Amino acid sequence: MTDIPAKASVPSASSGSVLLTLMKLRTFIALIAVLIFFSIAAPNFLSTANLILMSKHVALNAFLAMGMTFVIITGGIDLSVGSIVGLCGMVAGYLVLNGIDLQIGYTIYFNVFEIALITLAVGILIGAVNGLLITRLNVAPFIATLGVLYVARGLALLSSDGRTFPNLVGKPELGTTGFGFLGAGRLLGLPVAIWILIVVALGAAYLAKYTPLGRHIFAVGGNERASRISGVRVNMVKMFVYMFSGFCAAIVGLIISSELMASHPATGESFELNAIAAAVLGGTSMSGGRGTIGGTIVGAFVIGILSDGLVMMGVSSFWQMVIKGLVIIVAVVVDQAQRRLQSRVTLMQMAKAG
Amino acid sequence: MSAAAEREIILKLEDVSKVYSGTVAVKRANFEVRKGAVNVLVGENGAGKSTLMKIIAGVERPTAGRILLEGEEVSFSSSGDAVNRGIGMVFQELNLFGNMSVAENIFATREITNRFGKIDREQQENRAAEFLERLQAGIRPDMLVEDLRIGQQQLVEIAKAVSLDARILIMDEPTSALSAAEVEILFKVIADLKARGVAIVYISHRLEELIRIGDYITVLRDGRITGQEEMKNVDTQWIVRQMIGSDAKDFAKADGHLPGEEIFRAEEICLPRATGGLAVDHVSLSLRAGEILGIYGLMGAGRSELFDCIMGRHGHSTGEIFIGGIKVKERDTTRRIRRGLALIPEDRQREGLVSILSVASNLTLASLSRFARLFHIRGAAERQAVTQMVRELAIKVADPAQEVSSLSGGNQQKVVIGKALLTEPKVLLMDEPSRGIDVGAKADVFRTMRKLSRDGLGILFATSDLDEVMALSDRIAVMSNGKLTGIFDRTEATEAALVAASALGHGPAPYTESPAHD
Repeated sequence: MTDIPAKASVPSASSGSVLLTLMKLRTFIALIAVLIFFSIAAPNFLSTANLILMSKHVALNAFLAMGMTFVIITGGIDLSVGSIVGLCGMVAGYLVLNGIDLQIGYTIYFNVFEIALITLAVGILIGAVNGLLITRLNVAPFIATLGVLYVARGLALLSSDGRTFPNLVGKPELGTTGFGFLGAGRLLGLPVAIWILIVVALGAAYLAKYTPLGRHIFAVGGNERASRISGVRVNMVKMFVYMFSGFCAAIVGLIISSELMASHPATGESFELNAIAAAVLGGTSMSGGRGTIGGTIVGAFVIGILSDGLVMMGVSSFWQMVIKGLVIIVAVVVDQAQRRLQSRVTLMQMAKAG
Repeated sequence: MSAAAEREIILKLEDVSKVYSGTVAVKRANFEVRKGAVNVLVGENGAGKSTLMKIIAGVERPTAGRILLEGEEVSFSSSGDAVNRGIGMVFQELNLFGNMSVAENIFATREITNRFGKIDREQQENRAAEFLERLQAGIRPDMLVEDLRIGQQQLVEIAKAVSLDARILIMDEPTSALSAAEVEILFKVIADLKARGVAIVYISHRLEELIRIGDYITVLRDGRITGQEEMKNVDTQWIVRQMIGSDAKDFAKADGHLPGEEIFRAEEICLPRATGGLAVDHVSLSLRAGEILGIYGLMGAGRSELFDCIMGRHGHSTGEIFIGGIKVKERDTTRRIRRGLALIPEDRQREGLVSILSVASNLTLASLSRFARLFHIRGAAERQAVTQMVRELAIKVADPAQEVSSLSGGNQQKVVIGKALLTEPKVLLMDEPSRGIDVGAKADVFRTMRKLSRDGLGILFATSDLDEVMALSDRIAVMSNGKLTGIFDRTEATEAALVAASALGHGPAPYTESPAHD
């Protein structure tokens, strides 16, 4: 007897869910669209060499965007990542060239592996400073990381008086050679940077989905008070996400200076904005609680392919900026529309269920 | 006397209903507001008083029914609309801008401007000073609202409503944060407004207050109006009867099991209030395994704050707690949960649930470490626990992966309870567990409480519902003004004794059994 109303509501509900599915896959659809567009519009776009070059560009942004995704999911923001990239690059460069002078006539030189570890530790440490400012001193994330943005950039410039550390080949007698491997090396035909990205991305996606910590990250962003009452260590979760973001930024710093065989203190300026853009494009909600690592990676690819493709087409860099901005705005508008549609579909389902 | 009895009706609600997703807040209510009189509205928590008032003030729109203002049908699309028609409201939750001055708050959205559109600050402050003068609270119009005590803020809210020159003024629990002296001033202001022909709608929990200033009384229960009378014809018994009703709610019966050993003890719990004084004032109590201890008290009596202290949510609270005779040294919530405490908070949306996560994620949020091996959540174990909890608590959900916000209020509450139970607590603290949920879900919640106590849990539950506390508790503790004012055994507790204890040190006049009209 309830057949008739059920039938009547079926078409609208199902057309709603088709549209909803399309909207959920929007970043993926956008990725395919830019791929198809540029493979027609730009010659050589689909050549292996170009694809590998592009994915290296994308990888840098993807690292930062992954760290940013976790931070944004908890309801925060990390503006300091670009500066951490710069500072960590300088740390690596300094250690390759100068080692650490112990002030007693000895200087310790580290091998490349140790240098990488120290650099990563520096990134994590700066992330911890962000986290402490936010959790212990109650500084708003925007302000805390803005402050650290300036401090870290200043330290990077101070480390060399604003000069570049050039020619980071190292000396065989000191065991500091091989720094170029991270940025220029290849394994099984793929750049090392891409392999690192794959490992970190899989790890981050696993963390988000299958660990208590990952679940807690989403819970803190969804409702901090309720999480606290449920026994979630909110401060520890926040510390973790900023430290992870710092870790990702340190990887990027290492890769860039390894690729260039030089460390420049201005490296990474405005990288934070690209990272935020990729996260948002990938469906991360700025109000916290929502987002995926997979979405963010796709978002990073859309942005990276868009800018590289436009360069290959010879579009002026001024227009590139305009286009990138529009893409981000459209992404968020679609995101909002999807939310509304989703809640309407849910209500319809509830009404149908009685 | 009889001439004054029939005062003119200015506002009338006819068959008004309001439905929120999941719950019916007001059912076909008929309500009349008379000019030059204090129209009192009374009912238990969640009876729908505030919703009804929000409908009159244009904050909420009724789902069905008509509103007649002076015989003419009206429909308000916003509170501004209602204000234009002469309806003002003093909200229960303060609606003030803390970052602005008192005068700016009073004239918010109707700023006094000069010809060029510049705000005339001086005139605003002078006008504000007039209204504040009447309230004799020593508030200057140029003070920042956030620098005022809560009671003073409440007075600003009242001054703001009075300044509207409203024909109908709604006051929702206006005295909840006022001191006895401030209440007296408020009553003078109300008498003054009444003399000028303003219709006042007055909502309060405090029976002694209502009887003192009310002219007409309307009682709401579970969204329905159960009685409408002239105040002089009624007494306290009548009010209580209408509020509670003769049809008993479905409380699960006690099964007669005997409580065991002491499982929990709190000693000298104190929590200082930001504005001075103690929100929880040297409270000590003890709970036995399998016992349900009800904590009765009015709003602001300190029940929720006591629970917060026990859970370790306030670093600056003092006192000691013991579980199974062993002192709990841990001071943070996370480790207290591990020691066997669990809280079901009063405010489901803000403190109970992460609304954008799924039912399953919410259920296991507090107990994830139980399902994790090292750092990996074992999906099968988690799913099994979720399925079991959904079945045990009769949570109505098609798929536990559904967002928790799509459930009805009662089922959401069951999710919060399930989350607490999955931590395998020894002591369960339940703060108003039946608030805002429908009758069927209430019965389920009560049944669950009985079952848990039979399984040997100690349950502390706070409520301001007399009926509930009488029916469910093995013992009843009463709190008032942060203090424990009485502990009764179920066999010796009477409603009158509980109400008397809950009013100790509270209102301006002590509670009296006889009708206070003389």
